[in-house]
Amino acid sequence: MTFVLEEFQLYGPGFLQAAWTVFALTILTIVVSWACGLLAALAQRSRLKSVRAVAGFYIWFIRGTPTLIQIFIIYFGLPQFGIRLSPFTAGVLALGINSGAYIAEIVRGGLTAIPSGQSESALALGFSRSETMRTIILPQVFRIILPAVTNEAISTLKNTSLLSTITVVELTLYAQTLIAATFRPFEFYIAVAVIYLVLTTVLTLLASWLERHYARLS
Amino acid sequence: MTPPLLSLREIRKSFGENEVLKGVSLTVDAGEVVSIIGASGSGKSTFLRSINALEVPQSGFMNFEDLSFDFRPESRFFPTAAQLQSLRTRAGMVFQSYHLWPHMTVLENVIHAPIRLLRIPRKQAIEEADALLSRIGLYEKRGSYPSRLSGGQQQRVAIARALAMKPRLMLFDEVTSALDPELVHEVLVLMASLASEGMTMLLVTHEIAFARDVSSRVLFFDQGVIAEAGPPDILRHPESDRLKQFLHRILHNEVVQASAALSTQEGRLS
Repeated sequence: MTFVLEEFQLYGPGFLQAAWTVFALTILTIVVSWACGLLAALAQRSRLKSVRAVAGFYIWFIRGTPTLIQIFIIYFGLPQFGIRLSPFTAGVLALGINSGAYIAEIVRGGLTAIPSGQSESALALGFSRSETMRTIILPQVFRIILPAVTNEAISTLKNTSLLSTITVVELTLYAQTLIAATFRPFEFYIAVAVIYLVLTTVLTLLASWLERHYARLS
Repeated sequence: MTPPLLSLREIRKSFGENEVLKGVSLTVDAGEVVSIIGASGSGKSTFLRSINALEVPQSGFMNFEDLSFDFRPESRFFPTAAQLQSLRTRAGMVFQSYHLWPHMTVLENVIHAPIRLLRIPRKQAIEEADALLSRIGLYEKRGSYPSRLSGGQQQRVAIARALAMKPRLMLFDEVTSALDPELVHEVLVLMASLASEGMTMLLVTHEIAFARDVSSRVLFFDQGVIAEAGPPDILRHPESDRLKQFLHRILHNEVVQASAALSTQEGRLS
């Protein structure tokens, strides 16, 4: 027990800092992924074939290649073209673009679940297509896809550990540096696992609160 | 002489190979109530939906108040998106399956369009919506979500939602067809009271009695054209064979249904 307390005093603040980094990475990544995902989902319904094709390629490429390779392309590959990003920025961008493809698929599924009469009745009142999408369709889609989107947020959070490979000092890399110094992988990986677990549990609770909130509404 | 509120000339619409409207023309004066009847597939719903361009015709001309459209795709007078919106804010439409927005309360359903599209201040929009909801007898349901309402109540709210835009014209597309028989009456009563107040209405309907008693004119659609048109009296004394056959079939169905209902009652009694 004394061991735990001493260790906690020694490494606790560092872990807290790393956990905060994970949290920040996750939030920013979710913002980027929603921007990419919504854009791609709407682009897939475009009247222009070329726009649909770009969205289709994006989703096909992201879902068909390893996330790690996508991270490497952005962090190690882009500098060849003069685009140098900090590890943190590259990480957010790579994970956001990655998760965006999955969000796009989720949103697409949600959109098909809304009966066409919903937008028809809005158009018939004089709403434009974009207003109809924004005020009538997407609010309904969001409720339907909430569980799937929660899953996606959780895997985004877990995927931040991949960013240890491009020197983002998040939980995984922080633990690795400690392990290199102490040769105690078991304790430190367990500690990291527990912190991830706490973070994902908070996310899950938040989502189920939202779900209950919406269920009450309708 | 005042010009007609709405005039349509030579409206044509095809879905693929299937020509649904084969050049339909119609002029409607303000205050008229025009019932459109016909078998399913006769083009009557497509025609109604082309009036507010939910279905854009392939060709034909349309005048509505200050708007003039030529639906030929290459035409200079092909409606712009803004013109279509302007048309639709003034021509309310009610659908067979209500299409209320389930994520909004009854009140929110009614005020959404006036606030967003007519830029009416929220407070005023709520006052007007409350007055409309009182009128249709659903004021106490204003905070409920549509899923808590019966079909007849939902349809009345859908009518109120359209009326909140203060339309010049109302289009009703088989609005009682999805309702349980005992709920049809409350919707028809509301429509009849609108008609008596001078609202210009076009309605596609299977309610022959309603068409006969409420409308000023009846159109009978058959195979993409208006096969017979005239005062509601044509429902008693049809001229064309096709209308005679249509009315006969409908009447026959009603008799069959009535006698079936009667025999089940008798079965229960004995």
